[in-house]
Amino acid sequence: MIDVLVDRAYFVVAFLLLGIGAHMVIGDRNLVKKVIGLNVFQSGIFLFLIASAYVTGASAPLLSEPGPYVSPLPHVLILTAIVVGVSLTAVALGLIVRIYGEYGTLRADLVSEVSDGE
Amino acid sequence: MSDLPALLVVLPILGALVSLLAGIRLDRSGWYVAAATLSVQVAGAVAFAADGLSGAPGSYAVGDFTIPYGIELLVDGLSATMVVLVAVVALGVLAYARHAGPRSNRFYSTYLLLVTGLTGMSVTGDAFNMYVFLEITGLTAYALVASGEGGRSAVAGLKYLLVGTFGASLYLLGVGYAYIATGTLNMADLSAELAAVGYASPLVRASFAFVVVGLFVKVAMFPLHTWQPEAYAGSPDSVSALIASLVSTVSAYALVRIVLTVFTPEFLEAVPFARPLLAATAAISIVVGSGLAVAQTEIKRMLAYSSVSQFGLVVAALSVTNATALVGLAIHLVGHAVMKGGLFLAAGLVATGVGGRSVSDYDGLGSRMPAAAAAFGVLTLGMVGVPPAIGFFGKWYIVVGTLEAGAWGLAVVILLSTLLTLAYFARLLERMFFREAPAGAETGPADAAVADGGEGHDVGSGSSADSGVSLGMVAAVLAAALLAVGLGAAVPAYESALAPTVEVLLS
Repeated sequence: MIDVLVDRAYFVVAFLLLGIGAHMVIGDRNLVKKVIGLNVFQSGIFLFLIASAYVTGASAPLLSEPGPYVSPLPHVLILTAIVVGVSLTAVALGLIVRIYGEYGTLRADLVSEVSDGE
Repeated sequence: MSDLPALLVVLPILGALVSLLAGIRLDRSGWYVAAATLSVQVAGAVAFAADGLSGAPGSYAVGDFTIPYGIELLVDGLSATMVVLVAVVALGVLAYARHAGPRSNRFYSTYLLLVTGLTGMSVTGDAFNMYVFLEITGLTAYALVASGEGGRSAVAGLKYLLVGTFGASLYLLGVGYAYIATGTLNMADLSAELAAVGYASPLVRASFAFVVVGLFVKVAMFPLHTWQPEAYAGSPDSVSALIASLVSTVSAYALVRIVLTVFTPEFLEAVPFARPLLAATAAISIVVGSGLAVAQTEIKRMLAYSSVSQFGLVVAALSVTNATALVGLAIHLVGHAVMKGGLFLAAGLVATGVGGRSVSDYDGLGSRMPAAAAAFGVLTLGMVGVPPAIGFFGKWYIVVGTLEAGAWGLAVVILLSTLLTLAYFARLLERMFFREAPAGAETGPADAAVADGGEGHDVGSGSSADSGVSLGMVAAVLAAALLAVGLGAAVPAYESALAPTVEVLLS
């Protein structure tokens, strides 16, 4: 059991991050922490895909290095996904600034309490 | 073949840039840039559809990279339908937004970027590329929802962002599983490689579950629909019409594409949980969505829950996977987009004309705003499925398809859904046409008699009051109502044009 987990340490960590992130998005009342949770969740996915590209004993995918190489494609994909994630965070924080200016609080329960009254 | 598929994705991006740059010197020039861009886009989309709907499905290799290493764009009946739908609806809503606003150049830049994302989702044949376009669509939709004034739209936008990103991330995780299992991302290549890996592999099954649940969030299937009512009700009228008619529709198209092209009908046969997952979610969405719609008092929230139920029909058609149901699915996607977009525009028109956004404000609307009430009535009847409106044909094909597949339970739920749809629309019809307007109702923001016809306003002058009803607004609503009825006549021709595509999708 322990051996199985140790062999897959990268995947275990990635899925722990997924769980922690999901819990923060759902469970935390603070809007900024929800966004942080979303980032943690996405990082879990990114690390999962990056770890999947690893080949034991392989070198970096450069022509000057001898083969076999690790798979370069997931790195490129995740680079794109990171850019998307950064834009999402920017939009989310922009909206949170507006919400704070409007309601004067960052707590999701208070915001929904106030906005339901409109 | 020509570079048209790629140009259709690039053109709105260019328009968005021009709109943004023009805004530095010329305030409020964004609408003209968007109108010009979308007019060209409609022409291009029609040319693209002439290609996609005639003969066998084709494809286009971006940058001439060999498929499956490069990105493939698909030219077939279904993608052509979506591209035309996106371009036409975006142009129609633009006619409404001319007067109704928002008017900043940044708004129209975002608007055009949303068109890019939707067009990209429609044409792409690459699973990761789909994720990128899904996120472009998502990001711009969040920004558009939040473009309204006040805190409500910002809260709605943030909620949409949190839930929507979660869905897109699950999709990415599912694509990651498929990639780890096969080492490829091209959809056609994936379907062959997944079959070679074997449908019993836990990697393949987990990939299916993640991708489907991720897209369920985007399509807003119950119980993953929670972002939708606030996003539609909290955003400006033109935005809610655009998003309600296009974003869920194109996401549903993506779901169809992934389930049929990547996982194929054989996967649904081979894996015991796959088909029940689709069918059960569909049935629950149809029933609960309608039930929640009946309980709403705000018109736009009611229409949003109605979408949850209508997309249940689409997923039900997908779950039975035969030719008749697929034709019905395509017709229903188009019909729902036109009718729901029209209904949101009509709701906005009524709110502008008489200042009411709740069900009780619709008392006696037939005498206060005859044209708007008539359009609203036609669209609701189309939504219920009264022939000859297009809503009837979509439901008809889907029901016949479920019966052909022997899914009796699903057929009963779909027929029941027609009654449920009637339940929430009939009370509106009753209020609009068979009740007296409440006393003092004429003192809305605009004089109803003038507002209704719209002739009193010169669209070109732009000097009339901000809250008035313009000719463009009325024209957009009436055009949606006419289309909802007129498209019914095109169904037989469309069915035969779609036949080669359906054959490829089901093989």
